[in-house]
Amino acid sequence: MNKSIWIFIVFAVMLAAVPLVGNNYYKQQATFIAMFAALALSWNIIGGLAGYPSFATAAFVGLGSYVGALLQNAGTPMVLAWIGATAVTAVFAALLGFGLLRMRGHYFAVGSISIVELLRLIASTWSDLTGGGDGLNLPILAGGPEFAGRVFLYAMLVVMVLAFIMAVLVDRSRLGFGLRCIEQNEDAADMVGIDVRRYKTAAFTLSAFLCGTVGAISASWVAYIAPTDAFSILLTLKVPVMVLLGGPGTLLGPVIGATAFVIIEQTVWSRFLEYNQAALGIVIVLLIFFLPGGLMGRLRRRRVAAKSGKPQQEASA
Amino acid sequence: MVYLQVIVNGLTLGALYACLAVGFSLVWGVLNVINMMHGSMIILGGYLTFFAWAHLGVPPLLAIVPVAAGLFLLGWVLQMTMINRLVSQPVLTTLTVTFGLDLILYNAMNLYFDATPRRVTLDLGTVVLGPVVLAWDRVLVFALALALTLTLYIVMRASRAGRAIVAVRMDRDAAALMGIRINRVYAMTFAIGAGLAGACGALMAMVFPITTNLSGLLLGKAFVVCVIGGLGTVPGALVGGLALGLIESFSGHWFGPQNALIIGFVLMLALLMTRPTGLLGRKGYE
Repeated sequence: MNKSIWIFIVFAVMLAAVPLVGNNYYKQQATFIAMFAALALSWNIIGGLAGYPSFATAAFVGLGSYVGALLQNAGTPMVLAWIGATAVTAVFAALLGFGLLRMRGHYFAVGSISIVELLRLIASTWSDLTGGGDGLNLPILAGGPEFAGRVFLYAMLVVMVLAFIMAVLVDRSRLGFGLRCIEQNEDAADMVGIDVRRYKTAAFTLSAFLCGTVGAISASWVAYIAPTDAFSILLTLKVPVMVLLGGPGTLLGPVIGATAFVIIEQTVWSRFLEYNQAALGIVIVLLIFFLPGGLMGRLRRRRVAAKSGKPQQEASA
Repeated sequence: MVYLQVIVNGLTLGALYACLAVGFSLVWGVLNVINMMHGSMIILGGYLTFFAWAHLGVPPLLAIVPVAAGLFLLGWVLQMTMINRLVSQPVLTTLTVTFGLDLILYNAMNLYFDATPRRVTLDLGTVVLGPVVLAWDRVLVFALALALTLTLYIVMRASRAGRAIVAVRMDRDAAALMGIRINRVYAMTFAIGAGLAGACGALMAMVFPITTNLSGLLLGKAFVVCVIGGLGTVPGALVGGLALGLIESFSGHWFGPQNALIIGFVLMLALLMTRPTGLLGRKGYE
């Protein structure tokens, strides 16, 4: 476990050093990596540890971006607006989790997707507050693009580090243990005295609140939000896919998955803008059929195979 | 008597919703897989009907058959080559894969057909019945949607394939022991689901402009109908569809059409939260 932490620290320092060596493009990519790593780490708590297929990520990101934007437009300083957005998202997730987590399996998945749809509909209908389909403009950070690029990179890095610390703490706590039990067999976990309801709600809230922060920061970064971008159905799919790519239920998996995903997206399919969605679809299909357990799962299988001296296929069970 | 019109509108819409959801519900109920492609398959059916009508001059009523057959085949192939291998996997896996396939289909349609709204115009005129005004094309589509749903009901009740599907839905393992080839039944089920989506798309193209952007919305409606009516049964989808049609029609009348959508979703969520396994929830279909 400690090895994972060291690897993560090296990784975070490398991202932090990007402004010293790279131009604005690399800074932007590093910001994306930090952002998606934070989202993937967050999702992993409910989706990876507890095994609840949540597709609500975009709902929290969108909510965070709208709350952040509204607060900033009301004159709140940027960082305070981010904190406010985080708090609102956390409260929203806790209340929502109370109802949503009564469902399981497919119903939970459907319920969580419809939260994204519902919030998007509300954001585009309630035009007095949200500007409707026209979206909202945010104040642009003074100091030029060079400075702004650095500010947003470090802001996202801080969120990523917070998400990782949260993941480590959850992993080592009773909560993490309880969530793993729920993942294996919820009824049995309930029987042996795990307060299933409270654990699930805690996991759901923890997996949501930093998404709110990410949403608020990216709203300030882009300086414009609109319903379809904020509550993006693609985003809500991408984040679980990143975790599946890296290896669900592990500490480093989400970070590796997010990084690999952003790099693939940038190097391969940003060249074929017209095939953007199809490319994501193909990645998903290949991933599920040829890389079950993700990159981490693959590594671990290799290691197990090497230790026991058995061929790889036999150890995969 | 404005409400009579609202009720009639709701019922005509509801029959279409029932037809839209019945295939989706069948696949979900029997395979325990959510087919995220359902919305795009409906659009594909609608587009194919439109192009057959606009470029080849095929009457839309005739086009329904080959369009449904084409999608039936597509469904069969997808299930046989891919989804059969994943049926026993957790929800996250099956849902993500069909989501991924949906992105491919959606993207392909946007590229080859682009997203222009298209509609088959039948121009059949209207009929006035006392206080109610009805467009003939809507009446036709209403009747066809009900007929399709009824056909599925008869197929499920009376044909060998239908009985096999029902048997697998009730108890997969026992059905396998009775000599039913599960993989084939699954492929048949998925193919029927896809074929119905195609047929429903053909019907939709006769009354609404069809565009790829609608696929997510249609999928959402299929969810709502399934939650209201319960999974995997034809009467359930019919009840759910008609109920959603009436709900949307009335809430559109009272609160405006944009809010009708929101009310549909809120209602579904409220239902799900109070009845966590669906309204007519059955054990084993979580």
